[in-house]
Amino acid sequence: MSAAEDLRDLYRELILDHARKPRHFGKLANATHEAEGINPLCGDKLHLYLRIDDDASIADATFEGSGCAISVASASLLTDIVTGLETEVLDDLVDTITTRLSGKHKDKELDERLSKLRALEGVSEFPARVKCATLAWHALRSAIHNDKDAATTE
Amino acid sequence: MKQYRDDFPALAQEIHGNPLVYLDNAASAQQPQAVIDAVAAYHSHNHANVHRGVHTLSNRATEAYEGARDKVAGFVNAASRNEIVWTSGTTESINLVAQSFLRPRIGKGEKVLITHLEHHSNIVPWQMVCDQTGAELAVAPINDVGEVDIDELFALMTDNVRLLAIAHVSNALGTVNPIQRIVDEAKRRDIPVLVDGAQGVPHMNIDVQALGCDFYAFSAHKMFGPTGMGVLYGREALLDAMPPWKGGGEMILEVRFDGTTYNELPYKFEAGTPNIGGAAGMGAAVDYLQAIGMEQIADYEAELHAYMVKRLSNVEGMRLIGTAKKRASVQSFLLGEVHPHDLGTILDHQGIAVRTGHHCAMPLMELYGIPGTARASLALYNNADDVDRLVAGLDKAREIFG
Repeated sequence: MSAAEDLRDLYRELILDHARKPRHFGKLANATHEAEGINPLCGDKLHLYLRIDDDASIADATFEGSGCAISVASASLLTDIVTGLETEVLDDLVDTITTRLSGKHKDKELDERLSKLRALEGVSEFPARVKCATLAWHALRSAIHNDKDAATTE
Repeated sequence: MKQYRDDFPALAQEIHGNPLVYLDNAASAQQPQAVIDAVAAYHSHNHANVHRGVHTLSNRATEAYEGARDKVAGFVNAASRNEIVWTSGTTESINLVAQSFLRPRIGKGEKVLITHLEHHSNIVPWQMVCDQTGAELAVAPINDVGEVDIDELFALMTDNVRLLAIAHVSNALGTVNPIQRIVDEAKRRDIPVLVDGAQGVPHMNIDVQALGCDFYAFSAHKMFGPTGMGVLYGREALLDAMPPWKGGGEMILEVRFDGTTYNELPYKFEAGTPNIGGAAGMGAAVDYLQAIGMEQIADYEAELHAYMVKRLSNVEGMRLIGTAKKRASVQSFLLGEVHPHDLGTILDHQGIAVRTGHHCAMPLMELYGIPGTARASLALYNNADDVDRLVAGLDKAREIFG
């Protein structure tokens, strides 16, 4: 792939769309779980809010904060994807996604629900940007485990 | 300055299929062949420990190490070679002053004074001393364009200030502080001054005696030398009175279990086997800069900086961050809604290296209410073509982000 194609692959329309118009953006008033994700080297800072129902599934997910197009789009896609999921599947989900964004196991089939995340896979050609794409997912893991410390990419 | 560009082998390469445009000099500058050769010659032929052996290699190593100290002393016009202490870089130089000079001289109700535009290296070491002693950190404000508010700074120079620590040139904004005026005022009030010169030394002539500061800290790698090498200039009377900072070999005259006599200056502050190759590279970097002439470098860079500012100002959606009247080398900016990090990636893919982020100046970014900036910073080997490529690169970013 040429350098220009790599760049187009990183900034696909779906990514730019989510970066410009992030979904579920804002504070969640009745959140039961939340976590901060910080990327100290570039200053990305996201706050993820979850409302987890009594049946241990995610009823609602929102985020706020600021970051680059990749980190914001990734957080926006995350809130889309995790709503409705049971919390017990989330650890595996975070593992699958962070591994995949690092460029490993790309040939594995993705669950249909996760197919949108293919849009983020261009990031694996940009080592310095992988942590932007994984930031929100680290925060998700912290939120469901109620970790008090901010999730960081370092 | 075309001929100088060819001295830097790293510049003659392609990145993602485009000739490299290196505009990240404020983070670290490339090295000329003369520096690379000096370091290689030391490692290939002259390596041994310094100040120890009677054998030939040790003598050669000592000569490279101490010869470089003489060169640096001349370069900044120190009164004596004893005033040049080798460190690992500006950060270590500042930490040395924090722990060895300031810490024993400051306590509750007393202050260390800095400004809002300092690099983290000129903030955190002082905060550590404040935590250790109960002293306070006082911060002089800056105005909208990124200049230190001089009236406020002077008003903060009260009787209980034990040190003023201030950048010569801001790494994030390029602001050149009126350092002579500031040092003069501090001295009038008997306040010792440390100048963080990391961004000053590569771009202008430095005369520490004329300036009259007590300490001046800088790094080799920002002035075309190797990393892990730096300098603390300190007035001899002050260095003499300061206790050693680290203990070990090299910094002693005599060691007994009932007490140790410390070595004389500057060795008192250089415990352990030092970075001898780094010193060799630093010496070569000084030779290189002096052969060109700091005045000529300053004039050339000022002209190129003005051209860069003019070109950037005409880019649609451009917001320049830091527009002080007097600035050197650096221009920080934001482009429309494009996050600096995305901008950095898009520029890199066109072979253009800029720094993006908070530039180790988070309080400054907070003041401007921004997460960070993209920063283009010049050195003597950059030219108008580099600036044109940067502007074309920004157009491409606007195209992608629409």
